[in-house]
Amino acid sequence: MTTVSVTNRPVVAKVRNAFAAHRINWIDIGIWVVAIGAYFVVPTYLSLGTTVLIMILFTLSLDLAVGYGGIDTLGQGAFYGVGGYAAAFWALNVTGEPISGLIVGGGVAGLLALIAGPIVLRTRGLTLIMITLAISSMLGEFAVTAKSITGGDDGLTGYHIEPVFGLFHFDIYYRTAYFYALGVLAAAFIVARIVVNSPFGLTVRGIRENPVRMRLLGVRIRNRLIGLFTLSAAMAGVAGGLTAQVTGLIGVDTLTFLVSGNALISLILGGFGRLYGAFLGAALFYIFSDRAAAINPFHWLLALGILLILAVRFMPNGLMGLADQLRRKEDPLDRSGP
Amino acid sequence: MSEAGNTQPALEVSGLCKNFGALPVTQNIDLTLYPGARHALIGPNGAGKTTLVNQITGVLKPDAGAIRLFGTDITHATPERRVALGVVRTFQIISLFLRLTVAENVGLAVAAARSIDAKPWGSLRDDDRVVEGVRELLERLDLLSVAERQLSELGYGQRRLVEIALALALKPKVLLLDEPAAGVSSRDLGMLLEILTRLPSDIAILVIEHDMSLVFRFAHRISVLVGGALLVEGSVDEVRANQQVRDVYLGRRAHV
Repeated sequence: MTTVSVTNRPVVAKVRNAFAAHRINWIDIGIWVVAIGAYFVVPTYLSLGTTVLIMILFTLSLDLAVGYGGIDTLGQGAFYGVGGYAAAFWALNVTGEPISGLIVGGGVAGLLALIAGPIVLRTRGLTLIMITLAISSMLGEFAVTAKSITGGDDGLTGYHIEPVFGLFHFDIYYRTAYFYALGVLAAAFIVARIVVNSPFGLTVRGIRENPVRMRLLGVRIRNRLIGLFTLSAAMAGVAGGLTAQVTGLIGVDTLTFLVSGNALISLILGGFGRLYGAFLGAALFYIFSDRAAAINPFHWLLALGILLILAVRFMPNGLMGLADQLRRKEDPLDRSGP
Repeated sequence: MSEAGNTQPALEVSGLCKNFGALPVTQNIDLTLYPGARHALIGPNGAGKTTLVNQITGVLKPDAGAIRLFGTDITHATPERRVALGVVRTFQIISLFLRLTVAENVGLAVAAARSIDAKPWGSLRDDDRVVEGVRELLERLDLLSVAERQLSELGYGQRRLVEIALALALKPKVLLLDEPAAGVSSRDLGMLLEILTRLPSDIAILVIEHDMSLVFRFAHRISVLVGGALLVEGSVDEVRANQQVRDVYLGRRAHV
């Protein structure tokens, strides 16, 4: 009945382009140039840089759940902590080989999400926030109590992480750690990009917009959300594993609400559902916090609070939203953005 | 267009009953739609029209009675299952994906119908069959010019068309249109009717509508529902001529 004739080609192209895709653009290039450049420009700040990279990864995992799937979780820190503990446990008891440690960290966190998902994702909104918060609090309590596994309040430490690929030794200047974290982040970003551009990615955005309608299209929305939740948790677990490996310590502080809260603030600063929001937001949050604390170790939280208020007031859609606005001013016909 | 004959009914509702507590909202309703039917369901507010549609789509469970699709009993099938079997509806209150483009809205439905909505790689924009499916639907509904716009930028009339495009993407055998003219400006009404009459002729369509001009021009048969029970069923002319219907529902203005 329908044949694609030559005259249809512009129309087909129009329809094709109407599907949003996360395209490679100047932000891509800028981010990776800055990330690699930082290694050479500020070599004394590689410890902070590594933390920023890991937190970008963690915030990216949160963006998948919250920004794309509309899963408003406050318990993302649970997966970060569990991944960290799993990777540390692996290094202590099995092998110090780092890549396998990350796989274990991500795998255990993903498994936890796969188990918790069917319960958590029955709910939405406030209920979901409370349940995810409760799960991460429970895990925190468990970490304090189960001393034989988690080391209790002391956490897990004293493990040795072997060189990456057997070649690159971890050093006290975080040189290896920085590139290790950057490599893992790049790999995770590629995975995230593929997933958000895929039919599955569009489906979860549809669920975020209108779950009831999605269900009436015949889509099993619970399963889709569990899939997204698991991927997001695995990514958070990898971030936790990275922290455990590069710092040589994992403690109960990774399972506190603060971890989840910081990532959420980073996303607010950067912008939800954009992938890059995680990069810009987490970088701004952690670098700003570090500098503010260095300038005034007593009142730096106040500066952070003011930054957040200003951000919400003047860029409600985060740095990415601001970028859209500026671009639209140049080109009034631009239709992208929220 | 003969609806009787020896063809099997597309949709057959028989003896359907539903109570909300002590309130009977569906009372022993029978309704038969043959392939190609253009059937309207009318009645005053609170007559139980939407409740009936909700039972046909499986969102509400009837207390008694049966619903069959081409002879197969679907009374207890899940909503998802019914969609897969070809019972599809549109919504009185437009229910779409506001922050997605028009093409993405329709693409979601096309992807769902093809069961590729869980594929975590590739992209719908690179899937020729999906793109072609979306193009065809947008063309059918005169939406090509706004394919790239976000749904939130569209007016009510066009949103209504997107709603219908989503339904058609699911390849319905029975299509339930819940007040397609609701909220559509009188200026757009002609366009809507024009597009409705162009819908594929093999689909059985049940339309719930308050706008009598649309009902009389679109439907071949009409069922009148009052207080949860069927008052009259007949051809457009029969229903228009029926004194009971005039008294209960149509009122003076419809005496044209």
